[in-house]
Amino acid sequence: MPQAATDYVPHSDADMRTMLAVVKATSVEELFADIPEDVRRREPLALPPGLSELEVLDELRRLAAANTPASALVSFLGAGIYDHYVPAIVDTIVGRGEFLTAYTPYQPERSQGVLQSIFEFQTAICELTGMDVSNASMYDGGTALAEASVLAGSHTRRGKVVLSAGVHPEYRQVLVTETAGYGPRPQVVDLQAGAATDLAALARVVGDDTAAVVVQQPNFFGALEDVAAAAQIAHAAGALLVVVADPVSLGLLEAPGRLGADVVIGEAQSLGNAMSFGGPGLGFMAVAKPLMRRIPGRLVGQTVDLEGKRGFVLTLQTREQHIRREKATSNICSNHALNALAALVHLSWLGREGLAELGLLCTRRAAYLRARLLELPGVTAYTEGPVFREFAVRLPLPAAQLVEALVPQGFLAGVPAGRFAGQFAGPAAAGLDDVLLIAVTEKRSRAQLDAFVAAVAAEVDHG
Amino acid sequence: MADAQGLPGMDRRTIYEKSCCGRRAYSLPATDVPEVPLDDLVPAGLRRQAPPRLPEMSEVDVVRHFTGLSTLNFGVDSGSYPLGSCTMKYNPRLNETTAQLEGFAGLHPYQPESLAQGAVELMWELGEWLAEIAGLARTTLQPAAGAHGELAGLLIIRAHHLAQGREPKRVIIPDTAHGTNPASVVMAGFTPAPVRSDARGGVDLEHLREVLAGGDIAGLMLTNPNTLGVFDENIVEIARLVHEAGGLLYYDGANSNAVLGISRPGDMGFDIVHFNTHKTFSTPHGGGGPGAGPIVVSAELAAYLPVPLVERAEDGRFFLDYDRPQSIGKMRTFYGNVGVLVRAHTYIRGLGPDGLRRVSETAVLNANYVMESLRGVLDVPYERRCMHEFVASATPLKEHGVRALDVAKRLLDYGVHPPTTYFPLIVDEALMVEPTETESREDLDRMVDVFRRIVQEAHDDPQKLLDAPVTMPVRRLDEAEAARHPVLRQRFPEDEEAGAC
Repeated sequence: MPQAATDYVPHSDADMRTMLAVVKATSVEELFADIPEDVRRREPLALPPGLSELEVLDELRRLAAANTPASALVSFLGAGIYDHYVPAIVDTIVGRGEFLTAYTPYQPERSQGVLQSIFEFQTAICELTGMDVSNASMYDGGTALAEASVLAGSHTRRGKVVLSAGVHPEYRQVLVTETAGYGPRPQVVDLQAGAATDLAALARVVGDDTAAVVVQQPNFFGALEDVAAAAQIAHAAGALLVVVADPVSLGLLEAPGRLGADVVIGEAQSLGNAMSFGGPGLGFMAVAKPLMRRIPGRLVGQTVDLEGKRGFVLTLQTREQHIRREKATSNICSNHALNALAALVHLSWLGREGLAELGLLCTRRAAYLRARLLELPGVTAYTEGPVFREFAVRLPLPAAQLVEALVPQGFLAGVPAGRFAGQFAGPAAAGLDDVLLIAVTEKRSRAQLDAFVAAVAAEVDHG
Repeated sequence: MADAQGLPGMDRRTIYEKSCCGRRAYSLPATDVPEVPLDDLVPAGLRRQAPPRLPEMSEVDVVRHFTGLSTLNFGVDSGSYPLGSCTMKYNPRLNETTAQLEGFAGLHPYQPESLAQGAVELMWELGEWLAEIAGLARTTLQPAAGAHGELAGLLIIRAHHLAQGREPKRVIIPDTAHGTNPASVVMAGFTPAPVRSDARGGVDLEHLREVLAGGDIAGLMLTNPNTLGVFDENIVEIARLVHEAGGLLYYDGANSNAVLGISRPGDMGFDIVHFNTHKTFSTPHGGGGPGAGPIVVSAELAAYLPVPLVERAEDGRFFLDYDRPQSIGKMRTFYGNVGVLVRAHTYIRGLGPDGLRRVSETAVLNANYVMESLRGVLDVPYERRCMHEFVASATPLKEHGVRALDVAKRLLDYGVHPPTTYFPLIVDEALMVEPTETESREDLDRMVDVFRRIVQEAHDDPQKLLDAPVTMPVRRLDEAEAARHPVLRQRFPEDEEAGAC
């Protein structure tokens, strides 16, 4: 029978007849007899008719071509998703069918590949963050924050989480949404001028009702926070310190675990994963050893087989929903294993020196660009002090207007902070429409930075 | 027998154990900006004191390491994978090609919407298609997985009741439900109210009435067909009773592969549906993710969907709508697992309505074929037609000292991935078999033959099952030891005294 549409069903008509005879049915229709007639659908679904593989590809290419991806422009977009170079070997490895088409490793003897890779991923996250225990990954940074808040609430039995406004505004929104019926209530502490957290204000609101203090390093505007001071404030009140960390920065910046963090979470898309319009990302969570039995999600542990040979298994599953049901630490049932594998391959390619060198290159180029931009008339610092890969400047014109003006020249100038205006209050919230958040990865050469400065200069002059 | 011990002579050390000081794979552009002293860039106090101990490897060693690990793994590409309720169907490679088109993979979530019209159009279109398949009105593509969709749906149920000045606490869940259901209920601030199954495997209507009479009902979560693989014939009555009690109905779409184009949850009376794209719509499971768990809701509930909602303007442009005052908020950062959604879109576009229907018809035929072929081999506790999966029981083998776990481990030796074991909880020694529509008759015959041989072995030489697996890279692993003395990360020689875990 000629096929007009894609079809992955292997049966021939003869197969179908043979199989129907075995199940003692005269038609496939009979197999659905249990479905009451009033909920049976008799007319076809109102969907476009199927297409051949070639035609589908053409259609998807048409949709893809209707986009101008940031990766094809000189992009300074960041704010949680970064355009880092993904080494060629990453796609080679994650495209292998044994990884791509496997499910959660419920049968460890047949799943040593993914189990060992998760064990190695957990190790890498522990090394980066300076923590004792990492899970197998989470959906993304925002959901990891919501889970961290629930963890802190159940560990301390307290009802409030104090968040720096420097934590990504979307992460904060996810926390508010997901914990609306459960978990501690969030309270936000404003940033001071210069974009770092107002630690004095933080100290004032942290008390014996506080389950956790959350700061982001570097924070949303790129400012480097005093994590150790935040840890002291949290711990003095008996609260946990949760740090939202950028894994790419951790070759250069101190590990949060060495600064007093009890929980480190974040988004690791920038390691080995495409930007993909923001998803799938790679959330991660690592905790100090006393919190090991409260961590949500999958954990892989080392063990031995009955001959004493080393192997890896999912472990401490009594925390999880399929065993504990309503008493589980979370409803999470999967992780982002393939994204975690991509991150692990990227980290293995970089090695301990490569990650530090990558961080340093981004930092040098970001510092250079910031200095050049601040020489322009009317451009002033929004983020003050040292930065890693990202910083914000105040422009003499609306940031969204600058972004739009530079697109025809092939630049995506950055993320206008005004987009998040409703999520900020206090001194740092004034005039956000003129603030532009600029990220510089290793993809941006000096020639591109210089051309960008010239293009911004022209717009500033017009303004 | 399968031989799956990985590459001959393979180096089984971890990547950290293979690390060799001074080796490197990476290359980076040279520094082309002025080399400001490091202390002027980032003060020493903020800098890392000791580097993370990442592996130091050459590029070919990295590739060989992970290629080696892949040979220790098993996916749908490797062979039959009848893992019940997980729908391990073939993952078309076209999906990978389309998801990796730079026009999708290279998009930044905060790039101007005018530069991402194709992606937003794709999301809008997929949302419309899922709404049609569900028989409901509006879709959000945000949830990252089925369990995440459940949480989103339950938060919408909560918002619906709060908007009417009510705060009911109980969500009814059948005893056949996936473990995520009760866990999600708790995370949404509700309390699970269990309801029993009847002798035919459906919801026990008498018990349901009793539970409803207790009042305080926020809703009910149901998988239909359920985890026993049976379609609940009383679904219309169940929906009526729950609605009458003021509750909403949530459809756990994990088993949607049975009913595409055949019966729609919206028509059954459900108000909210989630789909697992990695089950029903062929996106790869990736060893545990990423998946996607979009949810579709009735028109009455659309106001509560998370922001942003994908919309089409009157002039034909597509946009992300944040201006939705009754929205529950945001379920995740950005808009969804777009890379996964591109794959689901590709799949539905290729199959069309006829192809989707053929998926479910074949999935159901395949399951019934295996079930009928296994009658008399294993115990099949529910004597009726199944849908896309069925539950067998290894209870009769207990007299030989053999359990469902041993059957599963022996299946590994024969190159068939075991079914889901010990679930659903209401069947003793459960083996939950979901062949999927992409297995050929020969694959299914082989699967049945393997089950027969294993059951025969259980009678003749049960030790073979108790010793299994014997052809895998490792023998049976000591899971109790792993939990008793957790080793959750690589130990480095220098850590041994410090006692890191």
